Amino acid sequence: MTKLLEVENLHARIAGGRDILKGISLSVGAGEVHAIMGPNGAGKSTLSAVLAAKPGYDVTAGSISYGGADIADMAADERARKGIFLAFQYPVEIPGVNNTYFLRASVNAIRRERGEPDLDASQFLKLVKKKMSLLDIKDDLLKRAVNVGFSGGEKKRNEIFQMAMLEPKLAILDETDSGLDIDALRAVSDGVNKLRDPNRAIVMITHYQRLLDYIEPDFVHVLANGRIVASGDKSFARELEKTGYAHLERAA
Amino acid sequence: MSAHLETIGEIASGSGDRYKYGFVTDIESDTAPPGLSEDTVRFISAKKQEPKWLLEWRLKAYRRWQNMKQPDWGKLNIAPIDYQGATYYSAPKTAEGPKSLDEVDPEILKVYEKLGIPLGERAALAGVAVDAVFDSVSVATTFRSTLAAQGIIFCSFGEAVREHPELVQKYLGTVVPRGDNFFSTLNSAVFSDGSFAYIPPGVRCPMELSTYFRINQAKSGQFERTLLIADEGAYVSYLEGCTAPRRDENQLHAAVVELVALAGAEIKYSTVQNWYPGDANGAGGIYNFVTKRGICRGDGSKISWTQVETGSAITWKYPSCILEGDNSVGEFYSVAVTANHQQADTGTKMIHLGRNSKSTIISKGISAGHGQNTYRGAVKIMPGADGARNYTQCDSLLIGKTCGAHAIPYIDTRSPSARVEHEATASTISDEQLFYCLQRGLTPEESVSIIVNGFCKEVLKELPMEFAVEAQKLLVVSLEGSVG
Ligand SMILES: Nc1ncnc2c1ncn2[C@@H]1O[C@H](COP(=O)(O)OP(=O)(O)OP(=O)(O)O)[C@@H](O)[C@H]1O
Ligand SMILES: [Mg+2]
Repeated sequence: MTKLLEVENLHARIAGGRDILKGISLSVGAGEVHAIMGPNGAGKSTLSAVLAAKPGYDVTAGSISYGGADIADMAADERARKGIFLAFQYPVEIPGVNNTYFLRASVNAIRRERGEPDLDASQFLKLVKKKMSLLDIKDDLLKRAVNVGFSGGEKKRNEIFQMAMLEPKLAILDETDSGLDIDALRAVSDGVNKLRDPNRAIVMITHYQRLLDYIEPDFVHVLANGRIVASGDKSFARELEKTGYAHLERAA
Repeated sequence: MSAHLETIGEIASGSGDRYKYGFVTDIESDTAPPGLSEDTVRFISAKKQEPKWLLEWRLKAYRRWQNMKQPDWGKLNIAPIDYQGATYYSAPKTAEGPKSLDEVDPEILKVYEKLGIPLGERAALAGVAVDAVFDSVSVATTFRSTLAAQGIIFCSFGEAVREHPELVQKYLGTVVPRGDNFFSTLNSAVFSDGSFAYIPPGVRCPMELSTYFRINQAKSGQFERTLLIADEGAYVSYLEGCTAPRRDENQLHAAVVELVALAGAEIKYSTVQNWYPGDANGAGGIYNFVTKRGICRGDGSKISWTQVETGSAITWKYPSCILEGDNSVGEFYSVAVTANHQQADTGTKMIHLGRNSKSTIISKGISAGHGQNTYRGAVKIMPGADGARNYTQCDSLLIGKTCGAHAIPYIDTRSPSARVEHEATASTISDEQLFYCLQRGLTPEESVSIIVNGFCKEVLKELPMEFAVEAQKLLVVSLEGSVG
């Protein structure tokens, strides 16, 4: 059976620069949770950007297949509508745009792609209420402009709330745990655990074992210097705590 | 959603050309021969059966105008205007004299319906009375009797001259003097029609008053004159909308608007300007050279201008407030879009005379394509305006690399206790913002539209609800094709 996501020998760079990803291979099946760890500057956020087709990046070799089809030519917005979701390491502010309004536009864009009718305001609010109970999110955040003036932790929570609303097939969480206090980390992790689903794959980028105590991954990978240099199961992360990355980088 | 908006929505979302109001209507018109002379002025005045004092007023303006020069201080590139080649009066043949709705030419009613402004009172926007100006004349005014019951006068300017000469004579030219500037003086000489409203003391006008301007005739200018008076303690909210057919030559629109707010009165004046902007290469389009000014004559009076300027080849206007009364308030909220080859030089003047007078200026300029967008604003605090305050915020958004945005604030403070604050920002739509929207499934067009509407939020929220929705759609349509 083909996996939900198959990345093969992926090389990519920021247009005009040198390769940042230098031959990534990764396969993620539906229902699985993968953790990606690795030193700063290794290329983890770059990988998530390339998977989401952020404009300005060039794939110079290799392939990405999603749901059994090569998606090289699929633009960012179409990938999003087809179920690829990225929780940003640094969510951007969009002044003047109401968070709820934005989310509704997004939900409806994705529903349209699936051939479902738009949600009207009251149906949408019902869904919001339901998903809000999954996560401990203040409805005050929903009345404000997208990410404007949100604290670091509030931004991360808002990302996971969006994930809950959009129900993606593949969710890539880029350092969602960074900047969260202890209670928020627990709340967000609980939320993500509730979103685990046999039809959904989750790829989490993190620097901390602590997150993996809450959200137990099926696989742990180390990305260093643009390549996946080692992989293992969840116990592998504990080993890394002790040994660090240096020996893996050297070996690779 | 009202019928009006649905129609506009359909027009706005239709495919093809981005200017959806560019159709021409074939209607028999009564048109003055091209050219401008004292005879033209007499012709117009006679057509409108005006009293002698008004003819004299026009002639004085005309004589003064002959010795004036078209100004060139705007940051604008204006092709020479052939004042002798234009037509200064054009009226649908069937529109002579005041009309009740069932007498209006069905062809004209159809035009307004197509524009999304049904004039039949049953079909009309609930709570909005409309004065429809077609080329040089007002063709219909709705809800007159409802308004009259409260003593509110809302009619065409021509009718006001006939029916309420004492009010017109008392206020005409008191805010924008007859010979104020080149274009307003030309207007004083040849103005054709426009709207007039008077709200009696203590009356809160129960519905939005609105004028819808339509230029149809080729080679004709439009020179309407609007005069609104809110007597002591009165309140009125007024809106104007404008469209014109798609034509290859530039057409001049030189209107004058005068607002008078007496003690404790409030006037809220909103404009959604969507004159034909010219084609993608900059051919054709309206020259929108308009003089708008209000005076807060009494204590505690307030005038608020809101404008959304998406159309016209060139927009050159500064809706201003003279804050004469103590504790009077002036506001200016503006969104100006210049896409393709459009140019705008717009802003406001706040002249503080009264003690503790207060003004707020929020200007949002959006430039795309080869558009050039200049904010020009003056804040003057005169001696004696103790405790006066102004806050100005002036933001520009640039889309693409070939457009321009400029801010030219003039500040002149002659009272030591005055406080003037000015903030300005210039930004582009960032790649990060765009990607964030795309990653949430929005198309590139939807993404830009959401970011642009967010940028304009503070201004759009000042518009009456129904018109805010229309304005949002217009913003999107006028920027179509500018991104990507
Ligand atoms: N816009 C850019 N311009 C130039 N270089 C960039 C840009 N974005 C990323 N890089 C470089 O690409 C490399 C990989 O960056 P990336 O953000 O993917 O790392 P990361 O693994 O996510 O690191 P961290 O753990 O610190 O988030 C780094 O050397 C970084 O400096
Ligand atoms: Mg990163």
